Amino acid sequence: MKALVEARDLTMRFGGLVAVSEFSLAIPKGAIVGLIGPNGAGKTTCFNMITGFYRPTSGQVVLDGQDITGLPPHLVCRAGIARTFQNIRLFGNATALENVLVGMYVRQKTSWWQSVVFWPAALREQETQRTRAMELLAAVGLTDMAAEKASSLPYGAQRRLEIARALATGPRFLLLDEPAAGMNPQESQELMAFIRRIRDDFDLTILLIEHDMKVVMGVCEHIAVLDYGVTIAEGSPAAIQANPKVIEAYLGEEALAHA
Amino acid sequence: MNRSLHIILNCGVVGCLGILLALAERFLDGYSIQILNLVAINILLALSLNLIYGFTGMFSLGHAGFMAIGAYVCALLILTPDQKATLFLLEPAYPWIEAAHAPFLLAVAAGGLAAGAAALLVGIPLLRLGDDYLGIATLGFAEIVRVLANNLPRITNGALGFKGIPAYADLWWNYGWCLLGLLIVVRLLGSTTGQCLKAIRDDEIAARAMGVDAFRLKLLSFTLGAFFAGVGGGLLASLLTTIDPKMFLFTMTFNVLMMVVMGGLGSVTGSVIAGAAVTMILEWLRFVENPITVGNLTLPGIPGMRMVVFSLLLIAVILFRREGLMGTREITWERMAAWVRRGRTA
Repeated sequence: MKALVEARDLTMRFGGLVAVSEFSLAIPKGAIVGLIGPNGAGKTTCFNMITGFYRPTSGQVVLDGQDITGLPPHLVCRAGIARTFQNIRLFGNATALENVLVGMYVRQKTSWWQSVVFWPAALREQETQRTRAMELLAAVGLTDMAAEKASSLPYGAQRRLEIARALATGPRFLLLDEPAAGMNPQESQELMAFIRRIRDDFDLTILLIEHDMKVVMGVCEHIAVLDYGVTIAEGSPAAIQANPKVIEAYLGEEALAHA
Repeated sequence: MNRSLHIILNCGVVGCLGILLALAERFLDGYSIQILNLVAINILLALSLNLIYGFTGMFSLGHAGFMAIGAYVCALLILTPDQKATLFLLEPAYPWIEAAHAPFLLAVAAGGLAAGAAALLVGIPLLRLGDDYLGIATLGFAEIVRVLANNLPRITNGALGFKGIPAYADLWWNYGWCLLGLLIVVRLLGSTTGQCLKAIRDDEIAARAMGVDAFRLKLLSFTLGAFFAGVGGGLLASLLTTIDPKMFLFTMTFNVLMMVVMGGLGSVTGSVIAGAAVTMILEWLRFVENPITVGNLTLPGIPGMRMVVFSLLLIAVILFRREGLMGTREITWERMAAWVRRGRTA
């Protein structure tokens, strides 16, 4: 199967520190792939390189055959890559609906001055944006909270809102940075079904960072393991759980118990 | 609430304002009318700075600079060539400066455009800077404008400035521009693009990750804000009929900033209320500068006393209501309808 996204030998150096070294990963279209590793292993650095927040010291990011290395974040997003953040970064003062609307901007066709002068096409587009944003809120189960301030939403709802906002940008490839963080077992169970559902409904390819092994093993079809910036293993969940290097570096006895 | 009702209500408000202005023009004395004129200009200035600082989160202290550009361009265009020939005492003006002439509407717009162009020019390098650095850099920009005004005698008549600028800026022009500014800013902020401006203010990193071209939108907000600062400067020049470089010291920026902070960073309604209130309070406070007689004790008048009183007032606002009068809230028709409904059920 042809890869939708490909990281080729991505290396990120901060001064003398090599945060990530020659990270390579080919993600086939429609896959859900996990990126795991101990704290400080360089997982989020990988995300930041793929989404344009860091320019990799060397290596390439290729999306659907197009080299997007070094593009600024907003152009990476326009190319079809969206992300969420480890420490939720919503626009706290804005309502849930307004948060999603910000995500719609990147696909907006009319210009700001057209809204100012009551240009019909701009007014129509604003209407469709609102309808679409409400649909997205419905898709993540937040219809009732559309008018609530984002910062006043419960934690789980904030996580889902961040995903809805990312979906609003019309991505092909979605990066989730610890989507299950702070969730109880019941919630993470639901999250797994939710991730699969949005993958199918929105025709997505997903890469996720996660520490909750139940979620990773349950939802990912393919897993890469980082340790000190080096990819120490890659493969199916079963292969990863059985890999002695991974167990030593990260999973420990707990994962063995699950296996 | 549907859109046509909105439009009807808004037109009603504008109509009422028109009637009030006509009445004011007819029955009020020149001093009161002058204050009403200043109210309109100050609201426009507060609004323009609020767009930059309150809504987009760019701490800009360059407002006096943009106003100066607008004021000089507008004044040069509405002064007649004959007036200019007698005005330029130090050195004669460049022939193209002396010949330039335009009707008031165009002159004010040109003042705004010149200020906007300047904002675009300085914004491209400066808007990459973070909060405090941007403040310092824009402060420097305003100072450069003032120094240039002082030292380009063939364009600005140096420290003497201009006198006898035609007083076209009446209530209608001032409130007309003020309403136009309000309309554009409110429409912009209500659009998805406006949401993105606020998103940049709240979390620029998240906004960029969501595909928002933060730099471009910041530049847009900065330029548009500077445009209306320039318009406000142009109107002020015609209202006061005299300008000179000393008018555009940092205190000018500070006055506008004070209105924005008092009204609430990120509230259009706040800027309107504070723009009007601060202007009127500053005038009203002039009485503290006159000699005051309490019983048989006579206090001598102290010039500048009203600024002391006013600063105390500002400190009180910041102490007891740090987010300003309105915070980021707005008074909208929906809110008013909700109040009315609550009033009925209670």
